[in-house]
Amino acid sequence: MMAVGLGHFLAVSAILLVLGIFGIFLNRKNVIVILMSIELILLAVNINFVAFSAALNDMAGQIMAMLVLTVAAAEAAIGLAIVVIYFRNRGSIQVEDVNLMKG
Amino acid sequence: MNWTLALPEIVLSVIGLAILVFGVLRKQDSTLACTMFTIGGFLIAGLLVLTRTYGYGFHGQFVKDAFSSFNQILILSGAALATILALDWNKSEGIARFEFPVLMLFSTVGMMIMASAGSLMTLYLGLELQSLALYVLAGFARDNLRSSEAALKYFVLSGLASGLLLYGISLIYGFSGTMDLAALHDLLVQPLSASPGLVVGIVFVLVGLAFKVSAVPFHMWTPDVYEGAPTPVTVFFATAPKVAAMSLLLRVMGTSFASLVGAWQVLVIIVSIASMVLGAFAAIGQTNIKRLMAYSSIGHMGYALIGLSVGNAAGVRGTLLYMVIYVFMTAGTFGCILAMRRKGRAVEQISDLAGLGSNDPALALALAVFMFSLAGIPLMSGFFAKLYIFLAAVQGGLWTLAIIGVLTSVVGAFYYIRIIKVMYFDAPAERFDPRPLPLTFVVAGTGLFTTFFFLFPAPVVSAAQAAAGVLFR
Repeated sequence: MMAVGLGHFLAVSAILLVLGIFGIFLNRKNVIVILMSIELILLAVNINFVAFSAALNDMAGQIMAMLVLTVAAAEAAIGLAIVVIYFRNRGSIQVEDVNLMKG
Repeated sequence: MNWTLALPEIVLSVIGLAILVFGVLRKQDSTLACTMFTIGGFLIAGLLVLTRTYGYGFHGQFVKDAFSSFNQILILSGAALATILALDWNKSEGIARFEFPVLMLFSTVGMMIMASAGSLMTLYLGLELQSLALYVLAGFARDNLRSSEAALKYFVLSGLASGLLLYGISLIYGFSGTMDLAALHDLLVQPLSASPGLVVGIVFVLVGLAFKVSAVPFHMWTPDVYEGAPTPVTVFFATAPKVAAMSLLLRVMGTSFASLVGAWQVLVIIVSIASMVLGAFAAIGQTNIKRLMAYSSIGHMGYALIGLSVGNAAGVRGTLLYMVIYVFMTAGTFGCILAMRRKGRAVEQISDLAGLGSNDPALALALAVFMFSLAGIPLMSGFFAKLYIFLAAVQGGLWTLAIIGVLTSVVGAFYYIRIIKVMYFDAPAERFDPRPLPLTFVVAGTGLFTTFFFLFPAPVVSAAQAAAGVLFR
């Protein structure tokens, strides 16, 4: 059986990061999907931090992962609140409808 | 621990919480009182910063030196100006709620933490504290579609930038074993010891911070957010957060990665040239003055980044001076924009300024001063900002940057002077509503600073010199 090493964790996290970025830019449907993509990016970073922390035998990475989790929660709360006020004003949260200002 | 070093930030946060409790418990409208308390809090924090207690606190997480004090004072002044300008405007737009100054205050605490970050962890937390408050501020006019759209766009793009920055931090941590900026500097004294993973991390951090200063190609949020957000929030966006993000960029590149100048210098040069060119050309076709100011600020960030790309203390001094002058002239310009109201409604087209020269000569004179200064016409402060930065570039051998900078500022002068032409030579439009008194004070103060900077540049220059001496050692 092959041992799971640092490289595997980094690969998973890089894949998640790329998925998150593409989720933001290729998604033409719904703003909620964008919020999920941002969350995905932050979780990819957390995998990185925890994997590095274990590999380096240093606690700072795990502390950082905790802080990132907290910030991600606050960010999700504010993001959803913004989506709610946007929906109240526009009546839609389709990405192609977010087009009032251009240029 | 040495926690007293963080006293300005701690005191300001406690004041913020106290104002929040006061505002919630008080039955009648407390916007005015909360705004006054907030400005008082900024003053107290500024005085505490001026005591100049320097050193490392919280095991190196927190660093107080001439550089952090300089930027914190500038951040506090920008935030205070924006708070004063917001008071009357919010009242007439019907969005005067006491949370507004409190959010400004917490965002300012975040920026102060950014300016004194001693490790990548503190950097990230300060940045997020700032951004979370800014998301809410951008959507503060919550019944206004444009404001909520601006908040949505800013949230998504800023969230993405924070994610990329964080990914960069994780790579730097993983490939060097530390998040401490000073330790990173010691580790990288031998540039050859930098692994490719670390360099990739630096690039990600650079991308995240370039987004925050709205440098091309990460500028796409700026025009939309500037246009959509309530104007006092735009004033805030254009001043204090720019200073905070620029100070982070200088601090990270100037301490930790100073020895890797060869790896990041070319990136900063490209970003700087792209910002100057886009700022000059994209602004020409604009009709909305807030949008024009957005492109103008993109261009100005390009000029300020020249100082960083020089990669020595003289360049950093140029950037710091540029930020000081930029903050005051931008705050003054937005003060004039806030005065653009007809029959209780805010107007923001450039054509609305027609005839201001005869309707309100004082305001027109002030706006003309700011426009000349933004264009970099001699004897206005904006000229000296550009002078110091081009001087540093030429001394550092970056002739191309200096030449492109001069050429783009000629192009930029076209649209700044067009505004002056509209004010003085176009057929007069209707008068604006009478100006509120605080606005007049802010515009007059920043206008005097902008006009007479050439008489007393020495204190600002020597403070910037001392601050820049901390970096690139």
